Amino acid sequence: MVVSTEPNTTSKKPLPVIEREEITVRFAGDSGDGMQLVGMQMTNTSAMFGNDVSTFPDFPAEIRAPAGTLAGVSGYQLNFGAHKLRTAGDRVNALIAMNPAALKANIADLEPGGILVVNEDAFNKGNLAKAGYAENPLDDGSLTRYQLFRVPIDKLNAEACAETGLTGRAVGRCKNFYALGLVYWVFGRSMDPTLRWIQDKFGSKPAVADANVRALRAGYYFGETAEMFPARYLVAPAKISPGRYRKVTGNEATAMGLITAAQLAKKPLFYGSYPITPASDILHELAKHKNFDIRTFQAEDEIAAITSVIGAAFAGALAVTGTSGPGVALKQEAIGLAVMTELPVVVVNVQRGGPSTGLPTKTEQADLHQAIWGRNGEAPLCVLAPATPGDCFIMALEAFRIATEFMTPVMLLSDGYLANGAEPWLLPDPAKLPKFKVTHPTSPNGNGRGFLPYKRNERLVREWAIPGAPGLEHRIGGLEKEDVTGDVCYDPDNHHHMVCTRRKKIDNIAETIPPLDVFGDPSGDLLVLGWGSTYGPITSAVERCRAKGKSVSSAHLRYLDPMPKNVGEVLSRFRAVLIPEMNLGQLLAHIRAKYLVDAIGLNKVQGKPFMIQEIEDKINELLNHNNGRKK
Amino acid sequence: MSTEPVTVQLTAKDYASDQDVRWCPGCGDYSILAQVKKVLAGLGVKRETTVFVSGIGCSSRFPYYMNTYGFHSIHGRAPAVATGIKITQPELDVWVVTGDGDGLSIGGNHLLHTIRRNVNLKILLFNNRIYGLTKGQYSPTSPLGKKTKSTPMGSVDYPLHPLSVAIGAEATFVARSVDVHTKHLEYVLQRAAAHKGTSFVEIYQNCNIFNDLAFEYATAKETKDDTTVYLEHGKPLIFGKDRNKGIRLHGMDPEIVTLGGDIKEDDLLFHDEKQAEPSLAYLLSRMHYPDFPEPMGVFRCVERPTYEELVVGQVSDAVKAKGTGRLEELYDDGETWVVN
Repeated sequence: MVVSTEPNTTSKKPLPVIEREEITVRFAGDSGDGMQLVGMQMTNTSAMFGNDVSTFPDFPAEIRAPAGTLAGVSGYQLNFGAHKLRTAGDRVNALIAMNPAALKANIADLEPGGILVVNEDAFNKGNLAKAGYAENPLDDGSLTRYQLFRVPIDKLNAEACAETGLTGRAVGRCKNFYALGLVYWVFGRSMDPTLRWIQDKFGSKPAVADANVRALRAGYYFGETAEMFPARYLVAPAKISPGRYRKVTGNEATAMGLITAAQLAKKPLFYGSYPITPASDILHELAKHKNFDIRTFQAEDEIAAITSVIGAAFAGALAVTGTSGPGVALKQEAIGLAVMTELPVVVVNVQRGGPSTGLPTKTEQADLHQAIWGRNGEAPLCVLAPATPGDCFIMALEAFRIATEFMTPVMLLSDGYLANGAEPWLLPDPAKLPKFKVTHPTSPNGNGRGFLPYKRNERLVREWAIPGAPGLEHRIGGLEKEDVTGDVCYDPDNHHHMVCTRRKKIDNIAETIPPLDVFGDPSGDLLVLGWGSTYGPITSAVERCRAKGKSVSSAHLRYLDPMPKNVGEVLSRFRAVLIPEMNLGQLLAHIRAKYLVDAIGLNKVQGKPFMIQEIEDKINELLNHNNGRKK
Repeated sequence: MSTEPVTVQLTAKDYASDQDVRWCPGCGDYSILAQVKKVLAGLGVKRETTVFVSGIGCSSRFPYYMNTYGFHSIHGRAPAVATGIKITQPELDVWVVTGDGDGLSIGGNHLLHTIRRNVNLKILLFNNRIYGLTKGQYSPTSPLGKKTKSTPMGSVDYPLHPLSVAIGAEATFVARSVDVHTKHLEYVLQRAAAHKGTSFVEIYQNCNIFNDLAFEYATAKETKDDTTVYLEHGKPLIFGKDRNKGIRLHGMDPEIVTLGGDIKEDDLLFHDEKQAEPSLAYLLSRMHYPDFPEPMGVFRCVERPTYEELVVGQVSDAVKAKGTGRLEELYDDGETWVVN
């Protein structure tokens, strides 16, 4: 729909400007081409313009796979909209392909009629062969269903940067900014935020800054003068709650949530971690902020990471480890020790494709069972799962709130999609954050017997006495202990009692968490129940179906163990329950076992998030053909 | 070490917890426990600032018997637990009690990395060359050919030498003693306690149930003078019942010589525990019975900043450079925008 034309100062005829509710752009190139960088630049620029944004970076596990090959293709998908967005977009409206491999790996996701910008210079014989093209797809007619724009980016970028004095190789590194400039023009984005970023980033290397600026501008002006594009596109600012915003990824939000907890508790933050994709950015982020009394410890392995955290918690720090599924598997014995010693530790699991090394850079939700049941013995702990990148902040705070209030390990289940995906984030006001108080006893509780580590309050929580406090010396450890006294104890009845007590204590957490909210009507034919990063596609699919009059609602679990107290009651108000998960039905099994509800699974384990359409199709299938399942 | 005077002078007994000690009667661990308590009392350290951390195995029950803070952790991981404690509260005195299986087999990785970081911990490795708690399998320090329940035809595993491992990781303090030589053990523990950085002490410990007399050569009255050599800083290596034998360097190799005739004390190897390069200490750690007398005492004692000092130092440096962190600044990454 052409809504207006805008006078163009340099071109002869005014170009039509087409207004869209949302646009999905994907940048794709070699993993060394800087696609993530320009994707993030456009995300920031669009967010600052006022759009809602949602992103999905998709990169290979290899840092620099052989150039030009399919294995080395790195992509960054950005959805920006004039309304609330919950996903990075099902279909790509505009694809920027920097070489044949990038084209081949991504073209299937481009909508028919979509904009396809290719770096024509990269479509040479060698690159075509590496991508497995027998014929040049730019010439063989295979791309006629798209709006193909052939731009000699290498050549034009080199010309733009000719006078910078940089080597050809250094100039070549600017071509991502050339492509970005062109995309900015097509979508009416301002270059200013990126120009500022270039100055900040390369201020100390003026020639490099200059070249990137030239490349960005040249790309932009190429769009303006080449008369190649029949139209420009406009996505108006979204209606978002007022306030100051920034873009945040799940890993950034997690790190800020952890720091915030420690600051509110007036405690040092101890982060013991072993580098692992996709969790390492939490370590990087925390290591940047040591002036918040953050003590980061890059341990020799996953087990040292969790056990150092247990030691730090014993000594009174707010202590947390972060890892991914393979790391959690290694940590489980030690997490059992934290269960046994009832120490407050937080374990962040940024889930990725498994089993084993699996798909290190791809997303998955297959660690729910590992989180709830993954340890030897009856070893319950609290399991939380944020729903969006920004929610990682809230749930990281909540993890420490629960850990310290209940003296228990808490596992926070993020995933690759949340960790690297980004959304606008309303900066919290520190004064309005929940109060967070942590106390340690200063006098013995044993009526003459010193400090009794397993003497409990009415919620079954023990006291957190820490070394340094005179008169409270005590010993804890992995052997079963007598309740109250903490003496090593092999008594059968005591063991049964302690096993039940540890479980009951976790159940007591349910008294302090919010009830499960229902999106849509409180009852109806179908409830779509989810957890973790599927929040976006589930909610959007339900919203679309409801707009078409379907009797469907959704609910999202952020507390997996214990669950909110009203879950059973919510489930009972719907004729059928659908549970989409990026696994083979782990929440499904849990819900069936716990509530005896014959829920239906929708399972996708491809290392990719759900598309809205996939969930919408399943909802329609259930409501149309089955009319919901009879209770 | 927290060596400030305490109001009431504690005795060794004051460091005992109310728990019954459950090691087998005759176990070498009793002697080590007694010497540790004695040393703590002698140094006047406070119970409340002292933490004993252990892993799994007979030796690892140690913390339950001390009236200090204590953590009986899981197999092999005590050095990592202790590292977390030290980084959080650097002023605490933290002791790690481990064994040859706990420290060198399942926990070998943590031991190596804790030592190379120089975390200010006192690590006591009770070496009995056997798995006791699991009832008698060979350990990483059992000699080749050792017949045990799991090696009925003799072990084919080449053994590890704990001090060589520690020195390979460039430990700043390395020492050895024996459970039954209580005076010497007390001296070595005092030295370990006084050192700032990782103190690694190997204690030959007799398991009278599953590996009795493993160190008889080094403890029996008739043989010990010829099978051990006591190290003293700045002194020549002399040993033997008649103190007439010495260790001399022949090129890069040690050799046993008899004093008298052409061979004078000055020709012998002089011990230097402060040598920056760990080569001499390593050479000493390679001297094994029956070819050589086994050195006892402090092999190496050098200065290096402790890990927790450096970690906490970076926190203070960051505060100096950027000011105490404020949450408003944390949230604002410099690329914010306002929605009205």
